[in-house]
Amino acid sequence: MLFYSFFKTQVGQQVTIELKNDLAIQGVLESVDQFLNFKLKDIKVVDEERYPHMLSVKNCFVRGSVVRYVQLSPPTVDTALLQDAARREAQSTQQMQQAKPNVAPVA
Amino acid sequence: MSQLQPYVDCKVSVVMNDGRLVVGILRGLDQTTNIIMQSCQERIFSEDEAVEVVDLGLYMIRGDNIAIIGLVDEVVDAALDLDSLRGEPLQP
Repeated sequence: MLFYSFFKTQVGQQVTIELKNDLAIQGVLESVDQFLNFKLKDIKVVDEERYPHMLSVKNCFVRGSVVRYVQLSPPTVDTALLQDAARREAQSTQQMQQAKPNVAPVA
Repeated sequence: MSQLQPYVDCKVSVVMNDGRLVVGILRGLDQTTNIIMQSCQERIFSEDEAVEVVDLGLYMIRGDNIAIIGLVDEVVDAALDLDSLRGEPLQP
């Protein structure tokens, strides 16, 4: 949920999504969902000559499972806030695991 | 998947995990991005030949295999001269 919340703060920013098949798409982040699927507006394929497939597409939906990287612009990211949130998330995950009863392995 | 509701009944361009590009009218979808497309046409690009178009009809594509669903701008798409488009096939 942490990154879902993080990407919600990035809505409206220019991002470049690099997919696992090496295709890189630049566009404005329109929305994100819990699976980290992205919707991009006004897209531009980064290396357009090689991949003319998207010439007639302005808006697209990218499935979260195919994303390799999401390139953001540094000024828009509050790294201190992100670090803090990640720390809190790690702590709460740790607490949840400690609260689980320890089950003895079956011999 | 309310993210995809606006695309229903529109011409969409679907890039699949194996690198294929299919264009058709999006009719239905679900939570796992399985989709139903009408009047599918597969567009095959290559570096030397013209774009190849293969008519497929009514297709259901499983969400696991989908990479991108793009909304096709019909005006721009009609203006595309498929005979002269060259490109590398997309990687899987």
